[in-house]
Amino acid sequence: MSESSVRLNVFKTYKLYVGGKFPRSESGRVYEVSDSKGKWLANAPLSSRKDARDAVVAARKAFGGWSGATAYNRGQILYRIAEMLEGRREQFVREVGEAEGLSKSKAAAVVDAAIDRWVWYAGWTDKIGQLVGGANPVAGPFFNLSTPEPTGVVTVVAPQDSSFLGLVCVIAPVIATGNTAVVIASEKSPLPALSLGEVLATSDLPGGVVNILSGKADEMGPHLASHQDVNAIDLAGAGPVLAKELEIAAADNLKRVLRPQPVDDWNADPGTSRMTAFLETKTVWHPTGSLGAGGSSY
Amino acid sequence: MASLFEYAPAPESRSVVDIAPSYGLFIDGEFTDAADGKVFKTVSPSSEEVLSEVAQAGAADVDRAVKAARKAFEKWSALPGSERAKYLFRIARIIQERSRELAVLETLDNGKPIKETRDADLPLVAAHFFYYAGWADKLDHAGYGANPRPLGVAGQVIPWNFPLLMLAWKIAPALATGNTVVLKPAETTPLSALFFADICRQAGLPKGVVNILTGYGDAGAALVEHPDVNKVAFTGSTAVGKAIARSIAGTDKKVTLELGGKGANIVFDDAPIDQAVEGIVNGIFFNQGQVCCAGSRLLVQESIHDELLDSLKRRLSTLRLGDPLDKNTDIGAINSAEQLARITALADTGEAEGAERWSPACELPSAGYWFAPTLFSNVTQAHTVARDEIFGPVLSVLTFRTPDEAVAKANNSQYGLSAGIWTEKGSRILAVANQLRAGVVWANTFNKFDPTSPFGGYKESGFGREGGRHGLEAYLDV
Amino acid sequence: MPTTLTAFADVTTSDSALRRFLHGLPGVDAVGLEARAASLGTRSIKTTAKAYAIDLAISMIDLTTLEGADTPGKVRALSAKAVNPDPTDRTTPMTAAVCVYPDMVATAKAALNGADVKVASVATAFPAGRAALPVKLADTRDAVAAGADEIDMVIDRGAFLAGRYLETYELIKAVKEACVRPDGSAARLKVIFETGELSTYDNIRRASWIGMLAGADFIKTSTGKVGVNATPANTLLMLEAVRDFKAQTGIQIGVKPAGGIRTTKDAIKFLVLVNETVGEDWLSNTWFRFGASSLLNDLLMQRQKLSTGRYSGPDYVTVD
Repeated sequence: MSESSVRLNVFKTYKLYVGGKFPRSESGRVYEVSDSKGKWLANAPLSSRKDARDAVVAARKAFGGWSGATAYNRGQILYRIAEMLEGRREQFVREVGEAEGLSKSKAAAVVDAAIDRWVWYAGWTDKIGQLVGGANPVAGPFFNLSTPEPTGVVTVVAPQDSSFLGLVCVIAPVIATGNTAVVIASEKSPLPALSLGEVLATSDLPGGVVNILSGKADEMGPHLASHQDVNAIDLAGAGPVLAKELEIAAADNLKRVLRPQPVDDWNADPGTSRMTAFLETKTVWHPTGSLGAGGSSY
Repeated sequence: MASLFEYAPAPESRSVVDIAPSYGLFIDGEFTDAADGKVFKTVSPSSEEVLSEVAQAGAADVDRAVKAARKAFEKWSALPGSERAKYLFRIARIIQERSRELAVLETLDNGKPIKETRDADLPLVAAHFFYYAGWADKLDHAGYGANPRPLGVAGQVIPWNFPLLMLAWKIAPALATGNTVVLKPAETTPLSALFFADICRQAGLPKGVVNILTGYGDAGAALVEHPDVNKVAFTGSTAVGKAIARSIAGTDKKVTLELGGKGANIVFDDAPIDQAVEGIVNGIFFNQGQVCCAGSRLLVQESIHDELLDSLKRRLSTLRLGDPLDKNTDIGAINSAEQLARITALADTGEAEGAERWSPACELPSAGYWFAPTLFSNVTQAHTVARDEIFGPVLSVLTFRTPDEAVAKANNSQYGLSAGIWTEKGSRILAVANQLRAGVVWANTFNKFDPTSPFGGYKESGFGREGGRHGLEAYLDV
Repeated sequence: MPTTLTAFADVTTSDSALRRFLHGLPGVDAVGLEARAASLGTRSIKTTAKAYAIDLAISMIDLTTLEGADTPGKVRALSAKAVNPDPTDRTTPMTAAVCVYPDMVATAKAALNGADVKVASVATAFPAGRAALPVKLADTRDAVAAGADEIDMVIDRGAFLAGRYLETYELIKAVKEACVRPDGSAARLKVIFETGELSTYDNIRRASWIGMLAGADFIKTSTGKVGVNATPANTLLMLEAVRDFKAQTGIQIGVKPAGGIRTTKDAIKFLVLVNETVGEDWLSNTWFRFGASSLLNDLLMQRQKLSTGRYSGPDYVTVD
């Protein structure tokens, strides 16, 4: 083929995903993202603390609607995310392969696992409540019911190495139960995360439920960890020094903190602990009255 | 005020309790002096009488107690759950047997009315041990996977408002799950924890499983920060809770915090008014309002504000303040001079900020720490008395117009521990309860507690739950 | 303070107006009400307070016999006991009244012989109240004519439970008129709701308001003839009703728990309810009564214990 017949690729401008929209960083900054061999892949937005702030506003705004949606509805939307991902499987196999230096078949396995993880959590939305809540047999004439409720706005420092499966494994449990998320993508490999934003945007997920920022965790992290309108923080992708710094900052408003835990295999059964880490238990009491031999009652 | 039907004094007898002139720290099954020999006095807040002198733990004592607990952990955690259960059942039974003695002791050391220690604190203490005793050999079925493991040594710091009950909330689940504990009671109320040490002796509990360190905040801090403590459980102020959260950052220590609150008690115009009045009174004057989940903000629908306020004032006028040992006393003493000063200062701020202050005619005893039941009306969200936790018998009355406004105001707080809803309309209860950001919501009732019912806060009221199956999680490696 | 019912004039103009009003009264939460009553029941009344309470309770008793087997002899004995409850201690107060069937009123009146003990008569086809209106009114007039100072009527629970509130109201009004004597004075009217049959606390509050609006001088829990009679909770609820009614109209109405109050301990609990719910204004037999019979002897034994320091026994009080 002659040179003139080769079609030039259209590069993608990777953008943030905040409040259902795709803004560039307000700072106007980008940083270079390269593959495992050092080849340039794209420029990613280098988000600032103001981007983080905007993301929190969007996440808070979305919280009422998302936490108030029926669990069935949330499950359907999470399943829809799996459907949309399945349709863009090839794209993610390529992006994950490039990001993590995986062979095509290994990258495909990772993407498949990530899709299946969405399906797993889609099924959890309307079951976790029965698992961790229920009626309490108190010693008195009261109906006493405990139910789990989402904690609120959760900052997620996504895993650095597992840029896609790890990412899905930390986002999905947070939003399955009705929280909204501000996610700091893997600094080294943010592209799969930014592309995930495009999937989320077409999956009926309300804007603001998941907000994805690329850039430096140690730049944005402290602002999110000390932010008074953030309720919790998942430190999955923070190194020990940063994790400690963020945990200290998180104490300012007593955020729930999920410390980084060693994960050998993101493929393993995740259990429920990533969901319960961001659930509150609300217990409601109400008198039942008595229909006993006393006759006169309610 | 002399009335036709004047109740004669009906004091509970002090003779059922024998307080020693001095107590040591309870470490490894023995009472010992503090390493540096320091002691402090504990007084009865209703009379300022010195009740006893107790050892003041320092860092060296904390280290000794943690070592004892660590040593005991190996055997205790290896014990079959059914055997641990029997120890806890024994403790529950001994508490029931000694409940009158403990009620009087708690009233003397804390200042709360005997009516409350007798009818609320002590029955709940025994029930808590009884409840968690039953879990000890059933942990496989608790929903935390097969054979969930204990964490190790639990460092527990408890407040002075429900000394023995908070001890029960901490120790019962810790022991049931196979942990050993070092517990520090508050410096103003050390005695019931020391009596509990004696109950451990009677129950034959292996030495080192429970260690009691009396002392001040420095001992608490040393305990929380001790490198060989695996689990931190704290009930107390939000400020200290934040300090603890900072101090354990970067460690593997598991933590639960049960902190302050500014509970909204929401009364709708279709409420069962007479019961609502009782609930409001119970919500803020139970234990002199020194309750983290107190309903300290009354949100009343504007259309019934005047009527409700009249009823409330009439009811407050019948409250009997005085000798906490008198069985007819409704309002006892404030726990300490410091707490009294804090309440006084915040109430003065309320007045200075223009809220309308009212108290029933009420004679305060000359000795001891006392504060009359106080009600502030014309309070808005901007008033300090509507925002800050007072931890005293002070109620702030605010109004709302619609359920949405009630919810918005109720949630407009850094805290999220408790809330109340009063309405005869079932769907409104459920809708409002659903919207409230609070860990415990009482509908048409208030200040109810039960060992089976998880308790704990949202937001800055802390995290983790105590009570029920949920309460096990804090002490298991899950 | 208003002292008239004018504010409520519209309420009784029609069945629907009365229904609207009654169903607009604040609801009652059963658990909360019972908890409050139980909590007041833990008051510890000792020494001087107990002595006061015992004498007060004795003076508030409507000493009652309402048996098919009542005879003039039984009624005379009861009357003697009312006037002189403890022959060994003349400082013992008299009871407030004796309470009998209408045909025994004259006997009781004669036996009391002018003593300051009232004669109360049940009427209106007590206890079921299942008779035609003219019969109920005749029953009432008969008792008043025989000298009854007080009439204890029963409401038509059937009408109430069927939602015929205005009919219930009109019955009370009619009986109230039948209590008027030729000289214009009137027997005091106690209205019995038979709370055990009304079953719910909301119903008891509504019935209380019907009674008060219709002109009851007393509202009374029960006949003593059904399974559940006076309880601390239903009495507390009725005390709250008379308290609220007085606050809104200025009109004071008495309360009479009846049936099932047998011990001093029970009676004192009821007096504590009165003291802490409506206060001193109700602490006399003009405004509070106990419908009871065996209660009196227990009070007398406790009274003897207080004055002698020894526990008494049933052989030291009279059995009639």
